[in-house]
Amino acid sequence: MEIFVQQTINALSLGGIYALLALGLAVVFSIVRLINFAHGEVMTVTGYGIWFILLSGFPVGLAIAFGVVAAIAVSVSMERVAFRQMRGADVTTLLITSFAVSQIIQVLFQTGISARPVAVILPAWLTDSIMIGPVRVGMVSLLSIAVVLVSLVLLRLVLTRTVTGISMRAAAEDFAVVRLMGISANRIIATAFAISGALAGIAAVLWVASRGSVDPLMGAIPVLKAFIATVVGGLGSLGGAVVGGFVLGVVEVYLQAFLPEGALPYRDAIALSIIVGILVLRPEGLLPGVSTNRS
Amino acid sequence: MLEVASLKVRYGAIEAVRGLDLAVGKGELVALLGANGAGKSSTLAAISGLTPWSGDITFEGKSLKGLSPEAITRAGIGLVPEGRRIFAGLTVSENLLLGGAVHAAPVELRQRAAEMQDRFPILAERRHQKAGLMSGGEQQMLAIVRALMARPKLLLMDEPSLGLAPQVVEAVFDLIASLRSEGITILLVEQNVPMSLDIADHALVLAQGRLSVSGTTEEVSRSEAVRGAYLGLSA
Repeated sequence: MEIFVQQTINALSLGGIYALLALGLAVVFSIVRLINFAHGEVMTVTGYGIWFILLSGFPVGLAIAFGVVAAIAVSVSMERVAFRQMRGADVTTLLITSFAVSQIIQVLFQTGISARPVAVILPAWLTDSIMIGPVRVGMVSLLSIAVVLVSLVLLRLVLTRTVTGISMRAAAEDFAVVRLMGISANRIIATAFAISGALAGIAAVLWVASRGSVDPLMGAIPVLKAFIATVVGGLGSLGGAVVGGFVLGVVEVYLQAFLPEGALPYRDAIALSIIVGILVLRPEGLLPGVSTNRS
Repeated sequence: MLEVASLKVRYGAIEAVRGLDLAVGKGELVALLGANGAGKSSTLAAISGLTPWSGDITFEGKSLKGLSPEAITRAGIGLVPEGRRIFAGLTVSENLLLGGAVHAAPVELRQRAAEMQDRFPILAERRHQKAGLMSGGEQQMLAIVRALMARPKLLLMDEPSLGLAPQVVEAVFDLIASLRSEGITILLVEQNVPMSLDIADHALVLAQGRLSVSGTTEEVSRSEAVRGAYLGLSA
């Protein structure tokens, strides 16, 4: 029972990180129909930002804040420099552009810092574990769950209580009509990228805290998982992205923990088979978005 | 207030509007009529900045050339789009708030929304409901009121009676007539020629992207082409 509780906490922690990343992808996709595979590199920027600030002798709080702000700045810059020029282009062109941005950032880190991982030394209290009753739980896992919950609540408040947030939800339904309300397309898209960057930054803080290192390819696998989560949840659906992230986290952690040893090499194959099974049963995803009306 | 000269709109090889001239004076209700594919909606799309065009469009003496849809809305032109295009996943209140979002501070915005809900009680009743769950007529009313939230100087209405039941169509035309009597300038695109001629000051009939008939509603009603093709009367 203890192991089950422990693994459930781990699953929620990992699923929460996937949920944040998937939500970041979904926020942008719902408005500009772009799957931004350079989203992973936004994570990497946060990782190196934290590493640099800690290396310079500043406290961990400042390092985290710097990392998240750097993620927002990079995400907004990506839109301004690369994606704005491609606005209105077909999905394939946008996809290739995002791969190009991703590759450029990876190479910049490989040549500018190192292709090898660099250690991010975090305070001991963050990497410790604590006992909750008979269950030993990592601080990072607990913090991850708390941070993910707070982030999701804050995002929900922004999307439902502010005019900018309501505009973004409306833009996901019908961008042309939102512009007819006099609302700036540039402002909505830049805000979507800023929110996406903030979510990637927060996810990166949790990811780095659990790994203790950062490397130029750090964001590649998580963004792939986040993409799978958005598809499972329902492409373009914000609620779906969160659900998809948690489903993926639970499937991964439970398979790792409870599969017989002989079956462990097939963990990823089994996980992906479960995902395929979900998509066969629900091709639109678990929580499909509102039907869109675009021009 | 609005002047359109030699307007052309193309979609690839197809020329939807072929050199249209029209003018809408302050406080007027002008009806732009014609069959499907005549170029009516393309004309409104051009004025709203939703589609590329050539020619001249000026609003209050300023050219709209090169302006984005949002800039045109901020200049004072509101559009009630064809097919209503309300935000189905948003509540009625949220739809209304967005309608005036860039024109008013949040407090004034909520005050305007409350005024509109007083005037249209059905919207007050449904304010927390998802707009997509409303009936077609209610959605059309929401689309019109959403455009009014910005207090536009000129209201463009694209086929507001399309797909509605006859009694709802009457209610929609009553609403348009009351807006006109309040002094709102309106350019109305419609296929319902008889009801449009009843409430408009001037009318233009388009056929294959060109102006076919224009004048006061009395003149247009007397036109043989209109009597035969749209009013079901023999010439």
